[in-house]
Amino acid sequence: MAHGPAKGIGRWLFTTNHKDIGTLYLWFSFAMFLLGGFFAMVIRAELFQPGMQLVKPEFFNQMTTMHGLVMVFGAIMPAFVGLANWMIPMMIGAPDMALPRMNNLSFWILPFAFAILTSTLFMDGGGPNFGWTFYAPLSTTYAPDSVNYFIFAMHIMGASSIMGSINIIATVMNMRAPGMTYMKMPLFVWTWVITAFLLVAVMPVLAGAVTMMLMDINFGTSFFNAAGGGDPVLFQHVFWFFGHPEVYIIILPAFGVVSQIIPTFSRKPLFGYSSMVYATAAIAFLSFIVWAHHMFTVGMPIAGELYFMYATMLIAVPTGVKVFNWITTMYKGSLTFETPMLFSIAFVILFTFGGFTGLMLSIAAADMQYHDTYFVVAHFHYVMVAGAVFSGTAAIYYWLPKWCGKMYNETMGQVQFWVAFVGFNIAFMPQHFLGLAGMPRRYADYGLQFADWNMVSSVGAFIYGGAQLMLLFNVVMTIRNGKPVSDPKVWEGAEGLEWTVPTPAPYHTFATPPTVK
Amino acid sequence: MSTESSYYVPEQSKLPIITAAGMGLIAYGAATWVLGGTNMIFLVGMLIMAAVMYKWWSTVIDENMRGLASHQLKHSYVLGMLWFIFSEVMFFAAFFGALFYVRVIVNSWLGGEAAFGMFDNTPTDAAVANNALLWPGYETQWPVMVTPDQAANGAAAQFSGPEQSMSFPGWDRLLQWLPLWNTLVLLTSSFTVHIAHTGLKNHDRKKFVTWLGITVALGVIFLILQAEEYIEAYQHMGLTLESGIYGTTFFMLTGFHGAHVTLGTVMLLIAFLRSLKGHFTHDDQFGFEAAAWYWHFVDVVWVGLFIFVYVLA
Repeated sequence: MAHGPAKGIGRWLFTTNHKDIGTLYLWFSFAMFLLGGFFAMVIRAELFQPGMQLVKPEFFNQMTTMHGLVMVFGAIMPAFVGLANWMIPMMIGAPDMALPRMNNLSFWILPFAFAILTSTLFMDGGGPNFGWTFYAPLSTTYAPDSVNYFIFAMHIMGASSIMGSINIIATVMNMRAPGMTYMKMPLFVWTWVITAFLLVAVMPVLAGAVTMMLMDINFGTSFFNAAGGGDPVLFQHVFWFFGHPEVYIIILPAFGVVSQIIPTFSRKPLFGYSSMVYATAAIAFLSFIVWAHHMFTVGMPIAGELYFMYATMLIAVPTGVKVFNWITTMYKGSLTFETPMLFSIAFVILFTFGGFTGLMLSIAAADMQYHDTYFVVAHFHYVMVAGAVFSGTAAIYYWLPKWCGKMYNETMGQVQFWVAFVGFNIAFMPQHFLGLAGMPRRYADYGLQFADWNMVSSVGAFIYGGAQLMLLFNVVMTIRNGKPVSDPKVWEGAEGLEWTVPTPAPYHTFATPPTVK
Repeated sequence: MSTESSYYVPEQSKLPIITAAGMGLIAYGAATWVLGGTNMIFLVGMLIMAAVMYKWWSTVIDENMRGLASHQLKHSYVLGMLWFIFSEVMFFAAFFGALFYVRVIVNSWLGGEAAFGMFDNTPTDAAVANNALLWPGYETQWPVMVTPDQAANGAAAQFSGPEQSMSFPGWDRLLQWLPLWNTLVLLTSSFTVHIAHTGLKNHDRKKFVTWLGITVALGVIFLILQAEEYIEAYQHMGLTLESGIYGTTFFMLTGFHGAHVTLGTVMLLIAFLRSLKGHFTHDDQFGFEAAAWYWHFVDVVWVGLFIFVYVLA
């Protein structure tokens, strides 16, 4: 294995190299990000003005559904798996992932799964139109035929996630260099191994949920049908038992990225390393026992409402520990504000904001008002976009020089940051106001009193969409024309094994494990 | 932690992407098939998967024979298998969770009763209204022999309960109760596979091969009994997948368990055939051990099924 990459397309199709597979994941997720972003642009264009202008309501429903599915399962999750593939072996001093061929399989399932999912838009009756949470009976009794393609696409996507996660867990447990004890692992590795545990635990539950749907639709079972003795609410319980850990699956690796970047540009070690590890584990544990806070209006007994409310509020404690540590890491540091740092600081501020709106939503009594309004949409876009996507963007700027040996253009990077930051807030801040004023989510049209803020939000969304094209431009220009860098330690303040290998990182690193003191 | 200087990283391989294509065809083909279209796409996908899996495992076994698999790599396989079994546990957890939720909460509400009667037996207003307005006449019961639909709509009901359930039939008919025999067969097979394992570890190849063969036979017997039970249910008990929530949970839980027993039996059969060829030694036996762990897992799931699906009903 002392040689370089194979030639031609076969390099990518048959590769067992963690860096190649990481690159595949990252490009695939970016393509999906643009596709999901296109769906979002359709949504915002339709909502630019009251009344129906561009699309039919049925198609609008398909757009909201596909936007959510593609962004969650196609863009954010694979992007972080790509980062994990690239960075975890280099961070722990491993020659590759533990199971390299299965690693390739995990990736190549995704294009097939998303080809099937996207093809549903062109089928008779249209694509999935029941929201990304696919509540029964909308997704069973009243679903279009294409729901069956959706179900099986979710099955193989889940298989991909489970295999990818098992690989990450095996890598971290079995492939660490001598001396790399668990409590010396970089925080990105820690957050990912906990994320992988969550994935292995809940993706099978999602498989169970879609299997029950499949049986109800085609084989006459009555899981979600009260007439036969089942219950549509059962679907929501099963779905959110998967769905709540799922949102932490999305955000925990983002925590890890930010915990790598902030110390680098503060030129200080991460404050409270071990409390960060325990906080991550605590968040992961709590994620399993709070799911019904998504269902406060479904008709739960008061004891259930109270339990899920208080349990949810508990999550603010470990999350607060994290935010405190990031800020304390910056305190009295020698700060510089390169693009990755800008995105990371924006992450800390905006994610905290999204966390606070989450706390508002966790109050069961208040949630009766907020439920299924644009307030919820604004909340989860603050944590998904300003949280996960901002940190993913930070990661790309941060590690791109290590990956390809070229430095991005700092001015362009900072311009992109400010366009993204401003565009994001213009798009989503007004949605809080819309939601509090009572505008329901997922509707193709709205009352005239919501017109102004919707127009503002749409303008912000288009600006934010443009920022992503700038990101693509920056990455391509860096790879083609970027200024070469050769210092192993690309960033002055960076610490860790990945900064000890040459820049650009050779095809194989740590064929012989290093010794960590 | 890594202690050895070289970890076998395989060369480029065509196997994964062919597997992914096979899975894609299966997914697309299965959806086409349930919609009443052709089943050919599905079958082609299955054929590709069967071929590629045979080839993939042959490759791994061959690499092991050539000594490429270090101790560390074998540990990766161990971790992979254990976490795979954990994911399977969570898959069953979803269906057991559905069963508990339906039995404890949904069923009470549909019948206008309190879900948890520990401290207060007063049903919620919602439960009372649910019963009075939507499903009048439905009484909380498990197994659900009369569905809410039947109780409210009589003969016009779309969902009808079974004529007979699989529950404990009483001590006098204990010996004709198939689930009991199934339990005995499967529990015994967990012991026999363990005896085979001890044989292997103590260099007793004959003991190993014999008891492994017995285990495979017990797996097959279990599946035959299970098929017999299903035939009985469909032909004589009016119990089908469509007979309300009881039929739903009964067939889905036992059906998925049966599918896993089938997979476990195939894994043990392959281990058996390999043992006849002289594979596995007292210190190198991962292929067999993985199958054995899987076998213990399906056994534990069965114990859960026996208790919650058959006995406590």
